[in-house]
Amino acid sequence: MLMEPAMLKSFADTIAFTLVGLIPGSRSGEALDFFIYDTLKIFLLLTTIIFVVAVIRSSFPPEKTKRLLSRKKEYVGNVLAALLGIVTPFCSCSAVPLFIGFVESGVPLGVTFSFLISSPMVNEVALIMLWGLFGWKIALIYIGTGLLVAIVAGIVIGKLKMEKYVQDYVWEMQVGSAEIKVMTFREKLDYAREYTLGLLKKIWPYVVVGVGLGAFIHGYVPADFLARWAGRDNVFAVPVAVALGVPLYSNAAGVIPIVHALMEKGMAIGTVLAFMMAVTALSLPEAIILSNVLKKPLLVTFFGIVATAIVIVGYLFNAIL
Amino acid sequence: MKIEILGTGCAKCKALFENVKKALDESGKSAEVVKVEDIPSIMKYGVMSTPALVIDGQVKFSGKLVSVGEIMGML
Repeated sequence: MLMEPAMLKSFADTIAFTLVGLIPGSRSGEALDFFIYDTLKIFLLLTTIIFVVAVIRSSFPPEKTKRLLSRKKEYVGNVLAALLGIVTPFCSCSAVPLFIGFVESGVPLGVTFSFLISSPMVNEVALIMLWGLFGWKIALIYIGTGLLVAIVAGIVIGKLKMEKYVQDYVWEMQVGSAEIKVMTFREKLDYAREYTLGLLKKIWPYVVVGVGLGAFIHGYVPADFLARWAGRDNVFAVPVAVALGVPLYSNAAGVIPIVHALMEKGMAIGTVLAFMMAVTALSLPEAIILSNVLKKPLLVTFFGIVATAIVIVGYLFNAIL
Repeated sequence: MKIEILGTGCAKCKALFENVKKALDESGKSAEVVKVEDIPSIMKYGVMSTPALVIDGQVKFSGKLVSVGEIMGML
């Protein structure tokens, strides 16, 4: 860990029990203590790790990723694309130029999809929140299965030969080659600083609200409250969790603390993982943006395959963990 | 001088447009500022992440909200 958790814990204890004067062991006291501790921990992790990730990312502009992938065949290409998805900066607002740039430079369709699936799903904010709240094992399982979903879904889409369902104008597009400026180390640090501040500014309210709701659930909802509905014995829990994840797009920062508290109350781990993957990988706004380049059958296939893969992951982990 | 801001209308693209205007105001220079929002024109520059800043046909930055100070340095 990057800091001493015990120090944060005693800091949270001091505020909740000494300064505010709540009683240790009481519901309100435990909820406030939990809230302060988790918020501090998450923000420390977010600030340091986003900064480091941003420095790494500044070495992988999408133009470079595109070149690395353009001569790759399936399988190797899918694996590489999923891995590069972690380090290449991606924002759903640039999904269209990114997609066209990839396809035009000869990156196979299935390989392009492996990238498009992994990039938002295996993102640093989700990983930090998972690591901070669930521990490194769950974070690693999330990375591993996330990459696997991206690789397999991309291979399946490639096998289906759906090139004709890419909007026709995409193939006729004239793509220039921008000269990519190589950043100096100093510029990389500047970029990382701005990126970190920008991202924190965007997500901090979600983190605070999410951790707050999580603290409330932690303190007030009875243990095993969810075991009946979201436990491993309910076969509908996984698909329902995936469906609920779709409209919550891009709020991984706010959703993960809530899910963490729900797991304490009996939500099964596979259901938790499937829900989080649906939150990050399946998004309605992204689907609308992608409809600019994909015809309906391909868009529906893309969503269907990713959703199915996520549901399988959910059942699998409910069965083995 | 011609300054183009490439982007499909995202929040960062609008912020970049404002920064360019501020940079021009502060430096007292004048330039033609154009927002380029259609995909074919953006792709012509080979830009894959938006917003991007193009000065006199040259891509200066992409995928980053450039600050007023940085823009003034490039004018």
